[in-house]
Amino acid sequence: MGFMDFFKKKSSGDVAKDRLKLLLISDRADCSPDVMEMIKNDIIQVISKYMEIDAEGLDIQITQTESDGNNGSVPALYANIPIKDLKHPGN
Amino acid sequence: MSEVIVVTSGKGGVGKTTTTANVGTGLAQLNKKVVLIDTDIGLRNLDVVMGLENRIVYNLVDVVEGNCRIKQALIKDKKYPNLFLLPSAQTRDKTSVNPEQMKKLVDELREEFDYILLDCPAGIEQGFQNAIAGADRALIVTTPEVSAIRDADRIIGLLEAHEIKKVELIVNRLRMDMVKRGDMMSIEDVQEILAIDLIGAVPDDEQIVISTNQGEPLVGSHDSLAGQAYENICHRILGEEVPLLDLESKGGVWTKFVGLFKKN
Repeated sequence: MGFMDFFKKKSSGDVAKDRLKLLLISDRADCSPDVMEMIKNDIIQVISKYMEIDAEGLDIQITQTESDGNNGSVPALYANIPIKDLKHPGN
Repeated sequence: MSEVIVVTSGKGGVGKTTTTANVGTGLAQLNKKVVLIDTDIGLRNLDVVMGLENRIVYNLVDVVEGNCRIKQALIKDKKYPNLFLLPSAQTRDKTSVNPEQMKKLVDELREEFDYILLDCPAGIEQGFQNAIAGADRALIVTTPEVSAIRDADRIIGLLEAHEIKKVELIVNRLRMDMVKRGDMMSIEDVQEILAIDLIGAVPDDEQIVISTNQGEPLVGSHDSLAGQAYENICHRILGEEVPLLDLESKGGVWTKFVGLFKKN
């Protein structure tokens, strides 16, 4: 692989590896899209009690993260919740 | 002590039957008494890969249903007198046999054989449940492809749930030229993702197609890298430590062939 190729794009082997890693985490967690949707809705409900959030822009996924202990990487729930207004909607 | 090994993958077409034929023949070459069982009822193939398709009289379902004794259904290999095949039935389906019957059959064969190899059908339904019922050990065959690895991961989970402790990985159909270019996942990549012990890596080799055409497993053949890779796997099954075959440098037919293209 040439020097310039390095900047162009990831090799297809690496793409495959990254896709698989993510895929297997959700496969192993047995988290169907339905369950993810339910988790998402619950999160929206809870957070909405305290601030106004962009429910459309909310994104959650199960990924992997390095654990603080010595047991390597562990699954983690990652949520990106865009906040519209920090003030309580009731105020 | 005898050992029952199931060869499985989840996905079809990754090389379970070829692996079973070659590993079984390789173990027989190492003077072990071996029986291969084709558990793919309805789609039998191990007989043709072994070149024994013309000798079938009775099959697995006949044995389970008591139409014949086990010995009557076992076919002796052409080359190795200590290698036998128990063929599957072609005109029945997976529900003709249940896991309890398979376990009983396998336990009876333990008394006679050192190694009992089960060629598992693709999928995770009854055929798979039958094949793993009596197994002590599993060889997971996968290719370096997203779909095959995903299925392998699922199978590994099911085997763990079934308390099969010894689960080892064979990465099949590797193309080192593609791995080098970054267009195929490497052995290390696959192993990292599946996180089980590696027992061997087999290169994509034209000789496999030729040997299947002829109905003669190519294990032990020294002018084929795949043949050597299978031989190494057999030694590792016996507990010997064999370093991983260098799939790039040794002058197998396949490497030479690829080399020809590279120069041009």
